[in-house]
Amino acid sequence: MNDPIAGIGSGGRVTLAHGGGTAMRDLIERLFLASFHPQGFPVQEDQARFDLAALAGHGDRLAFTTDSFVVEPLEFAGGDIGKLAVCGTLNDLAVGGARPVALSAAFIIEEGLELETLRRIVTSMASQAAAAGVSIVTGDTKVVPRGACDRLFITTTGIGVIAEAHHVSIAAARPGDVILVNGPLGDHGAAILCARGDLALGVSIESDCAPLHDLAATLLAAVPQVRAMRDATRGGLAGVLTELAEASRVAVTIEEKALPLRPEVAGLCEILGLDPLYLANEGKLVAVVPQEAAEVALAALRAHPLGAGAAIIGRVADAGRAGDVTLLNRFGGHRAVTMPAGEQLPRIC
Amino acid sequence: MNGTLRFIDEFRDPALAENLFAEIAVTAARIAAGRDRPVTIMEVCGGHTHTIFRYALEARMPETIQFAHGPGCPVCVLPRGRVDDAIAIARHKEVIFTTFGDAMRVPGAQGSLIQARAAGADIRLVYSPLDALALAKANPDREVVFFALGFETTMPSTALTILRAARSNIKNFSLLCHHITIIPTLRALLEQPDFPVDGFIGPGHVAMVIGTRPFQFLPEEFGQPLVVSGFEPLDILQSLLMVLRQIETGKPQVENQYRRVVPEDGNKAAMAAVAEVYETRPECEWRGLGTIAESGVRLAPAWEVYDAEKRFDLTLHQAPDPEGCRCNDVLVGRIRPWDCAAFGTICTPENPLGALMVSSEGACAAYYQYQGMKRAG
Repeated sequence: MNDPIAGIGSGGRVTLAHGGGTAMRDLIERLFLASFHPQGFPVQEDQARFDLAALAGHGDRLAFTTDSFVVEPLEFAGGDIGKLAVCGTLNDLAVGGARPVALSAAFIIEEGLELETLRRIVTSMASQAAAAGVSIVTGDTKVVPRGACDRLFITTTGIGVIAEAHHVSIAAARPGDVILVNGPLGDHGAAILCARGDLALGVSIESDCAPLHDLAATLLAAVPQVRAMRDATRGGLAGVLTELAEASRVAVTIEEKALPLRPEVAGLCEILGLDPLYLANEGKLVAVVPQEAAEVALAALRAHPLGAGAAIIGRVADAGRAGDVTLLNRFGGHRAVTMPAGEQLPRIC
Repeated sequence: MNGTLRFIDEFRDPALAENLFAEIAVTAARIAAGRDRPVTIMEVCGGHTHTIFRYALEARMPETIQFAHGPGCPVCVLPRGRVDDAIAIARHKEVIFTTFGDAMRVPGAQGSLIQARAAGADIRLVYSPLDALALAKANPDREVVFFALGFETTMPSTALTILRAARSNIKNFSLLCHHITIIPTLRALLEQPDFPVDGFIGPGHVAMVIGTRPFQFLPEEFGQPLVVSGFEPLDILQSLLMVLRQIETGKPQVENQYRRVVPEDGNKAAMAAVAEVYETRPECEWRGLGTIAESGVRLAPAWEVYDAEKRFDLTLHQAPDPEGCRCNDVLVGRIRPWDCAAFGTICTPENPLGALMVSSEGACAAYYQYQGMKRAG
């Protein structure tokens, strides 16, 4: 196999020379274009162009979203910043009920980043996009002096098409609706804490980073009347549920014993005094469906490889104060779940 | 890890909890029959406060029982002046300032460590003082300072770190020492007028180090029951029941519910390290409680080369608690958090005014977060 970046030179690292001229052209052609090879999009143009009639065949609305990705370390168990950048934007499209069409990718690279690392990340992005049947059709690269960014920042933007039949909205939850999640909570947040390596806990937890568009499409096919979907990323399940309760003007109740949680994540939270409700996820779909569709929705999620651990975790209350999220614990007590205030910090004792 | 969890689940068994809830209700009813106010139990430790809120144990208590959430959250009682000292040191260009995570957001009079980091200070989170020592070894051209916080629980690990620094001849390492001691503070609380508490749930992890004997003065001098307790919900329920039974029989004593961790004599090796490295400060300042005699330690003269106060020629800042803060009344159980006018108005977890809103172990922060009190009233 030809090594796409052999000959780019510069001692195996990105330098400021890659910020322009022939070195930049080589980097773009041999690494980015060679990896992403967007078919049907002429690479010499300054923009990707879409046939509107072809897009209109898939639905009646265009979905458009963007997200920037920064993570330390760049590579961790279960993923890397490239996989995050592709999956994150695919997921933001998917939870709107959109079928993803294309992505852009912009890279801000700190001089000194190893070309090998960059190649692994770009390859990871390409394989995620290919698996999702989506092309990365346009992009940008900037190289900045040491200290001006932390190794590598990636911004991805995505467009997708929403079919006429689908009208999911964070503001559409109704009393009596049922809330589901596709699997265990907090894996990504826990994996990143472990990957930083300063805990020395001797556990390996993999990030749940995954593209959710196929799972979302499967759910929508089985239950077209899905009310709301969100991917629970930063801010965790608590962040999504508080947004849902406020946007839909409803009260939400979840049951502690119904929350899927890996033992190793639960253990890490115990040791560090963290709450798994607030830990980040990168492959978790929270769905709200009418009560009568709950079992069908659960079966549809569980039949999908990314939903084997799916569970019904709570419901939209028939009464209660709009905006409230309440957790019922194992002892019959309840506590308020509030919007996260900044990052969680480990407790002293 | 899985082994640990198996043990955790046993201490969260809902069926066992129901039995304890029932016993507590019956016992409390018998005690309350002869009284005109609720039985008030203080849990000393912030870890207990956290469990009580996380599992909403208070909501399952009969009206005859009330918790007073005590002073045992080391981050909450960190005075504003000490945060200012930390920031003053962290601003030195050569310094890498290291701290436990939850101290980052504590507001001083001049802002918090998180704000100081944003303004350019090199402030890093560590999980243990040994991590800070490792940073010193890896960065010989920098001065690494560790913010030594906590009660007797964390004191031995800092003491052992100093001993190791000396053994390894690491010179670019020092402590900003704000270790505090619980016994003088309990005494100061008990000596307050109108102290409404009827019994104590005692701090398990402090007792793991110092043993149960130092708590004997509670029953002997103040007629107060104390049960050293673990941190799981069933631990706390069982300890509460033990305290209630002592109140009922009128025979206050020190009991140890947390035998699986706490030996009656404590940890002698840990206490030896503590005795070797520290000396008692004449007085120590507490957020919400003011100055309490002999309630903190500093490095003993033999170790003063590791004392950041000396190394950076620091005069400790004094910054009184802000106006309108009623943490003291909440701490001793005279008022409930929502009786304070600042609660949820000018004092919130994002912008805490007083000690008890600072950490998730603080009573006000816990009420605010776990009971949605911000919207009440």
